[in-house]
This record gives sequence, C-alpha cells and structure tokens, in this order.
Amino acid sequence: MLGSEPLSSETALLAALRSGDEDAFCALVDTYGAAMRRVALTFVRSSAVADEVVQEAWLGALRGLDRFEGRSALKTWLLRIVANIARTHAVREARSAPFSSLDLARESAEHEPALPTDRFQGPDERHPCRWVSFPMPWSAEPDSALLSAETRKLIADTIAGLPDGQRIVISLRDVEGWDYAEVCSVLELSETNQRVLLHRARSKVRAALERYLTAESP
Amino acid sequence: MNDDFSCQEMVEVVTNYLDDALPPDERQRFERHLSYCAGCGTYVNQMRETIRQTSMVPREESLPPTLREEIVAQFRNWKRD
Repeated sequence: MLGSEPLSSETALLAALRSGDEDAFCALVDTYGAAMRRVALTFVRSSAVADEVVQEAWLGALRGLDRFEGRSALKTWLLRIVANIARTHAVREARSAPFSSLDLARESAEHEPALPTDRFQGPDERHPCRWVSFPMPWSAEPDSALLSAETRKLIADTIAGLPDGQRIVISLRDVEGWDYAEVCSVLELSETNQRVLLHRARSKVRAALERYLTAESP
Repeated sequence: MNDDFSCQEMVEVVTNYLDDALPPDERQRFERHLSYCAGCGTYVNQMRETIRQTSMVPREESLPPTLREEIVAQFRNWKRD
C-alpha cells in the first residue's frame, strides 16, 4: 500500500530537505529509492533506462519540493513522479518498436479467455460450459513446492513475459501492493480496463503455477 | 429459472469477485455456484494462492551503489543552483 496520509515525521524531513540537508536526502533515497527503481523497471525493460528514469525522478522531486503540499504521503508523491516519467519513456520506447504500442486501453479491449476453451465442455456435450475435469487442488503442505524460491522465480519470469499492460498492472497491484485507484490514476486507465488486464495477468500466472505444480506431483 | 454462472463464466469474473467489484446480484450468483461446484472452489482458491505467492516475489531492496552516488551528486548540484 502506498498510504495516503503524510507521516508527522515527514514534516521535519521536508523542512530539512528544503534547507539542503544532505543526510536527510540520503535517508529519503535509502528509504524509497529501491521502490522507485522497481516501479521504473515495471515500465521500461532496460535497467540503464530505468536508472535514467530514477535520476530524472529525483531531480523532478527536488525541483518540485516547494510545490509538494503534503496532501499525500511523500512516498506516494515520489512513486507517482517516477511512474509518470517511466510511462513517458515506455511510450517513447514503444513508438520505436514495431509491434508494441503501450496502448493499455486497446490491449484490454482484445478478447482473450482466462483458460483455453477446451477446459470446458462444448455446446453438444452433457454439461456445456462446465469443467471437462476439475482443476487439481495444489498441495498446502508447509514444505511443498508452493513455498520454494523456484516457484517465486517462475512467477517473476511469467510476469516478465506478459504483454506490457498486464505486466505493469500485476506488478503494481500484486507485487508492489498498490490499490486499484492508485494504479488507475498513474496509468490513466479506467477501473474496468485495469481489472481486465489484472485478470488476464493473474489467470496466466495461475496457469503457469498449475503446470508447474501438477508436473511436480508424483 | 436457472441464472447461475457457468464454470466458464466463473473463471472470467473471479478477479472482480476477489476485488469486491461484482454487483450484489452477480456476487450472489457467484457464491451460489461456489456452494455446489468443487472445481470452481478449487479454482478460486488457486487464484487466491496465486495472488499471495505473487506478493512474495523477491524484490530488489537497495539501489545499485553507482546510481545512488549519481543521485546524491545530483542533489549537491541542485543545492548549489
């Protein structure tokens, strides 16, 4: 969660920053810098570009310090700045790539089922649109594969391979823990379009886990 | 009249259900289906587990040192201006 109320300690921090206190600035960079870089990497795939975005964001934050009114938490403000800059870079990157457009609204308008249609019975079968066979429950044992580092890597790799909109939305919502309103506002997406992208992304991650966990079981 | 969701519809509205974004009547239809369909129960649990596992994907918790230095250098320049 980004949090929406400014912390009272932030008032002191802001005063220190405005007076040019380097320790205060370093503390801020150490607290939020890594999260800002993760957000940048959600939008742009190259770490060199992400680093540029993060630098640009800090500069933007410093220049905007006097305009920061403390209506949101400092963290929210910083993440919004980095997301907006990263988004601009991603759009620019997308324009030079032939098959990508970073048109998130359009991406969400394309029809794509959560599961292949052959998982469900056809119109001429006994129970149309019901499962052909139920999904196999995953083991919930504490030492099961579910908890392994390998599983997490599988999830990270699956997310990295998703189309732009799905990748960005699931990263912000489920990895970073933003709420839907924050994601909609930063991405300039409607609530509905955002949920469509999140739904597809989650469905694909679930499917990847299913393939992995079902193949693992004896 | 049976207006329950089919299993195929269930897997398409599950995200709205988990996000509490289904209108009350659809929420009822969703929960009614869950009450008798073990397959969809498993599916919904797996979506919950997917969300939980995704939230535990390891995240980079610090900045590369050179980037941090550049950001601090930028601060010093800003201070001078």
